Amino acid sequence: MSLLEVRGLSKRFGGLHAVRDVSFRVERGTVKALIGPNGAGKTTLFNLVSGVLPPDAGTVLLRGEPLDGEPSHRIAARGLSRTFQQIRLFAQMTALENVMVGVHPRSRAGFVAGMLHLPSTWREEKDVERRAREALAFVGAGELADADATSLSYGQQRAVELARALAAEPELLLLDEPAAGLNMRETAELARLIGRIRERGVTVLIVEHDMGLVMKVSDEVAVLSYGQKIADATPRAVQRDPEVIRVYLGDDAC
Amino acid sequence: MRGRTVTFARSRYGRIALFLGVVVLVQLLTAVADKPFFLTQLTMAAYYTLVTAGLSLLMGYAGQISLGHAAFFAIGGYASGYLTTVDLASSRSASLVALGERLHLLVPRVDLYGGEALSFHPWAAFVLAIALALAVAWLVGVPVLKLKGHYLAMATLGFGTIVYSVLLASQRLGAADGLGSVPPFPLLGGLAVGGGRAGRVANYYVAWVVVALALLVLSNLVQSRVGRALRAIHGAEDAAASMGVDVARYKLRTFVLSAALAAVGGSLLTHFNAGIGPGEAGVMKSVRYVAIVAVGGMGSLWGTVATSAVLTFLSLRGYFGTLDDAVFGGVLILVMLFSPDGVLRLDARGAVAAIRARLTPLPASPREPGGGAAEEKHRSKGVAR
Repeated sequence: MSLLEVRGLSKRFGGLHAVRDVSFRVERGTVKALIGPNGAGKTTLFNLVSGVLPPDAGTVLLRGEPLDGEPSHRIAARGLSRTFQQIRLFAQMTALENVMVGVHPRSRAGFVAGMLHLPSTWREEKDVERRAREALAFVGAGELADADATSLSYGQQRAVELARALAAEPELLLLDEPAAGLNMRETAELARLIGRIRERGVTVLIVEHDMGLVMKVSDEVAVLSYGQKIADATPRAVQRDPEVIRVYLGDDAC
Repeated sequence: MRGRTVTFARSRYGRIALFLGVVVLVQLLTAVADKPFFLTQLTMAAYYTLVTAGLSLLMGYAGQISLGHAAFFAIGGYASGYLTTVDLASSRSASLVALGERLHLLVPRVDLYGGEALSFHPWAAFVLAIALALAVAWLVGVPVLKLKGHYLAMATLGFGTIVYSVLLASQRLGAADGLGSVPPFPLLGGLAVGGGRAGRVANYYVAWVVVALALLVLSNLVQSRVGRALRAIHGAEDAAASMGVDVARYKLRTFVLSAALAAVGGSLLTHFNAGIGPGEAGVMKSVRYVAIVAVGGMGSLWGTVATSAVLTFLSLRGYFGTLDDAVFGGVLILVMLFSPDGVLRLDARGAVAAIRARLTPLPASPREPGGGAAEEKHRSKGVAR
C-alpha cells in the first residue's frame, strides 16, 4: 500500500480548471517531485492534499484511509506536515517557539493544564522544547533558536520553517518550492538535507522549479501541465519524455 | 546572585509578588494620605480589571476583538444579583425549591419590608451566573468567531446591544433602575465581598487577590502550549492549522474563557456595590475595555492590568468629568496612531521619532533620509523587549 494515494482529484476556480483528474502515488520512504510550468496547478494540488482547500472531485488516501473533508489541523495530526511557498513563520515569536508550535500534534496540554501549570505540563513543555531544539539542530539552525523568526535571512527562515514541519515528526512531508529564493550553496545544502530527511524514514513530496535539485533528490517525478498529469516516472525517464520536453521548451524543440 | 534576582523578577511568580507588593503599597498610601474612600474605587477598578485581563488574552493572543464584553460582565452581575434577591418563599411547596433549601443552595433572608424571603445563596448564584455566561459565550461564539476583523467587531457589538436592550426592557430586572439590595458575598474566615464601609480595606485586598489569581492563571496559560498556539494563530492562521492547531476551537475557548472572567468581575462587583444597572452592559463600556487593552498593549497582560487600574480609578473618581467617554476615545486614537503596541512598549525617543515622522512632510531624522525614523523605531522596540 502506498503511503499517499491521490485518485482523480479535480479543482475549479470559476472558469479555471486548476487541477483536472490527477492521480498519483507516493511510496513509503521515497522522495517524489511534482513539477510543471507556472500555473500548472502544483500548489493547488498541494493545498488539496493538505486540506487547505476542499477538492471538487476525487479522494486523497493517507495509509489507505481517506482524508476527504478533514480540516488541515486534523490532517496534520495524522502525520502530514508541510511548508509553504511563501514562508509562513509566526511573527513576534522566536525561531525556537516557531518550531515548538510544530510539536503541537505530538503534545497534549490543553487550556486547564496550561492555566494550572501542573508538574506534568511542565515536563511536557521541557520535552517539547527538547524536540524543537533537535529539529533546529537537524536543519543546521541550532544557533538561531533565540532569534526573532521574522528577522532572519530568507535562507534561515526557510530552514526554520523546515524544522517546524519536521518537529511534528511527520510520516509525509510536503515541501512547496523549498529552493525558491535560495542561492546555489543553500540549494546544495537543501539537497543534502532532503537526503537526510529521507534517511530518517520520512516520505517527501516536493513541488520545485529547480530542475537540478529535483533530478538530484527524487525517486519519482510527476509532471503537471494545465492541471493535468502528463508524465509520472523516474527522473531520467521524465527528462527524455517528448511530451514533457514539448511542454517545457515549446513545440519547436521536438 | 544579581542575575538570579533579575530572573525571579521577570518570572511569572516574581511579577505576581511584585504586583501584590504594589497592592499593599497603594493601600498604605491611602492610609498615610488619610484617603480611605479611595479604596472603594480601587476595589471597583479591580473587578473591571478582570474584564480587561481576559480581553487582553482574546485580543492580544488569539487576535480576536470583542465589542461585547460589557454584556458578559452584565450577565454575570445581573444573574448573581437576580438570584440572590429573587423570592421563592411562595413556591416552597415545589419539590425543586424544597430540595434547594435542604441543600442550602437556597437560604432564607429578611426582605426589604421585614418579611422572610427565600433566595439563592451567593455561592450558588455565582456558580449559576458563571455557567450562564459560559453558555451564552459558547452560543454566541460558535457562529460569530467565524467572522474576522471588522465583521467580528460588528457582530459582537450587535450582541452587546441586544443584551443592553433586553436588560433595559426587563421589568423583572428593574429596567432602567437595575437591581438593588444585593446581599454581600460571604468568603472564608468572615470575609465578604460587599457589606459597606466597615470592610473597605478587606474588600480592597480580596478584590486585588482575585485579580492576582486571574493573572497567575492567565500568565500560566500564555506561557503554555495553548498560549503558543494562540500566538501562532495570531501570526498566521493557515500555517497554525497546518501545524495541527485547531484554530476554531482555540478561538472559541479563549472567547469563552475571557467571557467567564468578565462574568466573575460582574458578579463580584454587583455584590460589592449591592446592585447593578443596565449601564454596565452599555456599548461605551465595551469600547472602554477595548481602549484599555489597546493602551496596555495587545498581548501584554501586565500592561493591560496597570492601565486598567489607573484609568478605571481616575474615571470612577470623576477626574475626567463630563469628558469621561471622550477621554477613552481620544486615548484609543492616540495609541493607535503613535504606539499600536501599547504604552509600555513605547519609549520617549521612539515616540518623538514617530511623532516627527507623522507631523513633518520632510524626513525628520538628521541621518539618512527615510531610513532614520524607521530604524529608530525598530531599535526602540528592541530595547523595550
